[in-house]
Amino acid sequence: MLSKRIIPCLDVRDGLLTKGIKFQENIDLGDPVAAAKRYYEEGADEIVFYDITASAEGRGIFLDVVENVAKSIFIPFSVGGGLSSVAQMRDVLLAGAEKVSINSSAVRDPKLISQGAEAFGSQAVVLGLDAKKVPVTELIPSGYEVVINGGRVPTGKDALAWAVLAEKLGAGEICLNSIDADGTKDGYELNITKMIAQNVRIPVIASGGAGKPEHLYDALSQGQASAALIASIVHYNQYAMRELKEFLRAKGLPVRIV
Amino acid sequence: MLAIIDYQAGNQTSVKRALDHLGIPSQITSDPKVLMKALGLIFPGVGAAGQAMKVLSKSGLDRVMIELTSQGRPMLGICLGCQIMLEYSQENDTQTLGLFPGQTVMFPDNLLDFDQRPIRVPHMGWNTVAFKKRSPLWENLEPTDQFYFVHSYYPNPAKELILGVTWHGQDFCSVYGREGLWALQFHPEKSGRPGLTILKNFFRHCLEGEKNLAK
Repeated sequence: MLSKRIIPCLDVRDGLLTKGIKFQENIDLGDPVAAAKRYYEEGADEIVFYDITASAEGRGIFLDVVENVAKSIFIPFSVGGGLSSVAQMRDVLLAGAEKVSINSSAVRDPKLISQGAEAFGSQAVVLGLDAKKVPVTELIPSGYEVVINGGRVPTGKDALAWAVLAEKLGAGEICLNSIDADGTKDGYELNITKMIAQNVRIPVIASGGAGKPEHLYDALSQGQASAALIASIVHYNQYAMRELKEFLRAKGLPVRIV
Repeated sequence: MLAIIDYQAGNQTSVKRALDHLGIPSQITSDPKVLMKALGLIFPGVGAAGQAMKVLSKSGLDRVMIELTSQGRPMLGICLGCQIMLEYSQENDTQTLGLFPGQTVMFPDNLLDFDQRPIRVPHMGWNTVAFKKRSPLWENLEPTDQFYFVHSYYPNPAKELILGVTWHGQDFCSVYGREGLWALQFHPEKSGRPGLTILKNFFRHCLEGEKNLAK
C-alpha cells in the first residue's frame, strides 16, 4: 500500500537555511546539507528545498548545496524557487535533484510545464500553486485564486482550474500551498486541498498551516492529499518525524517508519 | 567495477552517487568495451520507453546488452530499465529488449486505493515489496522495508519470473528476474537504507560470480 509522505520543507537563502513565517520575517537556521541529512536519517520521505536567493551569485552557491545534498541523502528531493526556464530546471536536476517545482513562472508561461515534462519527464515537474481564499465569482468559481510572487500578486486565475490545466500540460504532482494558512499553525486549508485532489489524478501535496499531528492527519484523510509538507513543526524540535508518523499510523494511515 | 549504462535516460548520476557512497567502484558509460570489462551492469532509466529504445538501438547498446546478459553477465534493471527488459511496452506501443517474456502495461483507471478512493497515477512514493521467492537481493532486508516508486506503467512478466509484488489498487510485479539478471520497478538509489542494501547485494553477487569464474 502506498504510504502517505511527510516532506520537510527547507527554505534556503544564499546557501543557508531560513524559516519563512508568512513569507516574511525570515530567520537564519543553519546548514541545509546538515538539516537534510538529519531529516533523511529520521525518516523524511522526501525533502523540498525552496531557494529564496535573489542574486546570481547566490544561485551558484545554491547549486553547490544541491550537489552536496545529492551526495548525502538517498531519498528524492525537489528544488523550487525562482526557476523560470528549462535551462535553469536542467541545472538543478543535473546537480542531483529529482524534481523541480515551478510556481510563478508557470503561471506567466504555462508552456514551461509542458517543456519541462517533455525534457525531463512528468515525474520531475511539480507545480507549486499558491492559493488564496476569495469571494466566489464567475472568474473564480472555486473561491480560491492563484497568487504569485510569494503570495503578493493576485493573478485573477481560478486555483482549481489552474491545477486541472497543469495536470493536462504534464505536471507530475501539485504542491498546493494555502497563503491564508501558511505560518498560522492552525491546520491546512482542507477545502481547496480536497477540491483539487478530487479533480486531478496526480498526487497533491498539502502545504501551509501544519501546527500539530492532527493537522497532518486531516490533510491526508479528509483533504485527500498524498503528502504533507511541514516546516516549523519539525524545524524547532516541537515534534520528531517518527512521532508524527506513529501518530498517523495509529490513526490508520499507511506511513513509512524507519 | 560496475558499469552504469548511459543512454541519456536520466538517473545514471543518482545511481553513481549511491554506489560512490557505498564505496562500490562504478563508471557511467556507453562504451561497449567498458561494458565488456565490467563485473556487472546497471541498466537505469527514467523517461519513456519509445525514446529509450530509439537511443538503445541507434547506439547498438541493445545488442551489447543482449549479448553480455546471455553470456551470464549480471545486470540490474531499474525502473524504465526494468520495464524494457521485457518484450513489449504499452508506453508508446514499443517493442523492447525481450530479455524476458512479458509486457509492460499501464495501471488500469478503475482501481481503488485502501480508502476506497481512486488510486493516483503515477504510483509515486514509498511502498512495500512482498518477497515471493528467495533471492540474494533480499539479503538483510525486512518485509516492512519500503522502496521509492515513481511510474505509470508496470512490468507484467511470465509468472515464474516474479520475485516481488507490490499493492497499488491491485497486486503488481515490482521485482522479477532470475539469478544474476534482475529487474526492479522501484529506485534503489532513492530508497534509503533498504535500497542501498539491494545495491550492495547486487555487487556482492557480481563479486561472487567473478570468484567462481576464477576457480
